[in-house]
Parts: sequence; structure tokens; C-alpha cells
Amino acid sequence: MLNLFADWVTYGLLSLAPKTLLAGAVDFFIYDTIKIFLLLVAIIFIVSVVRSFLPPEKIKNILSHKNKFVGNILASLLGIVTPFCTCSAIPLFLGFVEAGVPLGVTFSFLVASPMINEVAVVMLLGLFGWKVAVIYIFSGLIIAIISGVVIGKLKVENLVYDFSKNKNINQLGLPSLSWKQRFVYAGNYTLDIVKKVWLFVLIGVGVGAWIHGYVPADLIAQYAGGNHWYSVPLAVLIGIPLYSNAAGVIPLVSVLTEKGVSMGTTLAFMMAVTGLSLPEFLILRKVMKTKLIIIFASIVGVGIIFTGYLFNLILK
Amino acid sequence: MIIKILGTGCPSCKKLEANTREALKQLDQDDEVVKITDISEIMSYGVMSLPALVADEKVLSYGAVPAVEAIKDMINKNA
Repeated sequence: MLNLFADWVTYGLLSLAPKTLLAGAVDFFIYDTIKIFLLLVAIIFIVSVVRSFLPPEKIKNILSHKNKFVGNILASLLGIVTPFCTCSAIPLFLGFVEAGVPLGVTFSFLVASPMINEVAVVMLLGLFGWKVAVIYIFSGLIIAIISGVVIGKLKVENLVYDFSKNKNINQLGLPSLSWKQRFVYAGNYTLDIVKKVWLFVLIGVGVGAWIHGYVPADLIAQYAGGNHWYSVPLAVLIGIPLYSNAAGVIPLVSVLTEKGVSMGTTLAFMMAVTGLSLPEFLILRKVMKTKLIIIFASIVGVGIIFTGYLFNLILK
Repeated sequence: MIIKILGTGCPSCKKLEANTREALKQLDQDDEVVKITDISEIMSYGVMSLPALVADEKVLSYGAVPAVEAIKDMINKNA
């Protein structure tokens, strides 16, 4: 149906001659933009309603004093529904530690929460289909679990600053929400995200449509071929400063993939964009020593690079 | 009553403060609005998602920026 609508606008409304490069690009642009916005609104709304039942305040109670491995798995799963906002990183981290959540389990959550975010998943779903989106979620989960288990084994508790001077926590309890409040919250959150990303989506899909229609595949394969040994680590490095622009980056990557960049490289790039964020690392320096941040970033980085190579091998 | 805005200074914290002041103005109340930015003090309310709105030491909302109307409701209920 969306296809028909895009065709109708392209050939009917704008009366572009069929089979031309311009018509192809316009058709692609209209179809992809509408599809992505529909998916964004639907999925973010549903995830936000689910999330209103699982705020971090509740998650920390679920995770406190859980035995190690189960805790890591649970933390990574709960990280999926929690959005990660750099300004909440500190209270989140301290709240977990104070509630007795083991450090490794806390890190599993800190990895999964930003990496598996709904915007990234929607963009992958819209542009590559559900298989790639599912692969992304599962690889993200596995990286989060393993990173947390490794950090837990390293015994790095001494690298975390002690903030536990306030013990009289919340005498009056937190308010609970009515269904109406949950829907209002979900609606506002969805609107916020769409406001934040719409321009990036349009630009990303626009440039994507242009490459799709005009740039020959060999040109891209020549410069971003993705089959060099260094393309995965390079993609990860490029991804680190691009945090929060997942919305604009993915449409571009989608077209590059269509023109020859391999899927593992693409996935590694996406994970680096979402999972390794410079602003987050800087903020975390308030609660832990730089050494621990470097350990954390390296473990996650190695995990992402490994995933990239793995899927370049499997998804030929 | 004493109203506290818990937040570390991110844009949504400022939005919450503005909405709260507007709500008080519309209610014709001149209660004191205090901003709490000290992380240990914020943590003592058991809140991890910011910003949060506290009235007379009771957490009214957290992890969201309620609209002016919603804040008026909450203040009225806790008055």
C-alpha cells in the first residue's frame, strides 16, 4: 500500500517520467520516509508504555543481590526497554551500586541500554528488514552480557568513587502512574524523539535516495568496499563520535550496504554509534576512575569488532 | 509548601522548572521553588530518572517533564 502511495505521488502528483533516475530516487525517498516515520511512532509508543512499568527505580530492586550470571542476562534484557540519557547516567549508576547491584551487572545494563535503543532498531527494521534488526538486538545482548561478566571478574570495585553517605533513602515512596498518565508519557516521549530525529531521517534518507539513484555501485565498492581487513575497526572508530545521530546515519549506511558494504561492517558501525558514546564516558568520570572507563570502552569495543567480523563471515 | 526540582542541569530539568513556576503562577501560589543539583541529595529521594518534582519532601513525578496542567493537578492533590 505504501508502495502504491509512493508511486502515486511520484508518477501521478509530480508526473515524473517512469524509469528515470529522478523518479526512482523520489519514489525511494517518499516510500522510505513514510515507512520509517510510521514505524518510529508505533514502536516508540509501545516501548514507552512498557517502560512506564519498568523505571530504573524498579529495575534496581529487581537486580539487587541477584546472582552474577542471571543478573547479567536480566540487566541486559531490561536495558532494552530503558532509554539512555547521558544526563541520567550518574544517578542511574549510583542508584544501582547503592542498591547492591553487582558492578558487572550494572555494566551489562550500561552497555545494553544505549546500544539497543528503539530508534536504532526501528531504522534497521525499516531499512534492512526484521532479520537484521533481530540479529542486532541479539548481538547487543550478548555483548552486554559478556562485557558485564568480564568486568565483574576483574574486581575493579576500587575504581569506583564512594558516594554512599546518604542512607535515608526515600521515606515516602514513589508515586505510581495511572493508565492515562502512562499514555500521556508515551505520547510525549514519542513526540520528543520524532522532533529530535525527523530532520536527520529526512537528510539521511534524502542522501540515501540520491546515492540509490545516481551513484554507481562500483564507485562505492571501490572506496568503501567493506571487504578490507581494517573496515570493521575503522567503522567502529568513525561511529564513536556520531552518538545520537543513529537516525541520520542508518539510511546512509543502508544504501552503502545495498551498494556493496558488507553487513557485519554495517552492524559494527551501528553498535559503535549507539553503544560507545564520548559524552557518556566523560560524564561517567564523575563516579569512576578513567581507568575503569577505558576498560569498559575497550571490552565493549572489542566485542563490537568481533561481532562485525563474525557477521561479515556468516552473512556473505 | 517547598517545591524542589531534582536535576543535574540538563535541558529537561530547566523545562520542568519553567513548567512548575508557570503552574504556580496559574494557581496564584508563591511557594518557594528550590533547585537540587547535588547528586547525593538527589539520590536520597530514591530517584534515578531525572528530572524529578518534589513537594514537601514527597516525590510527585520522576523521569519525565509533566505539562503545566498535570503539575497543577499534582500540586492541588498534595496541597
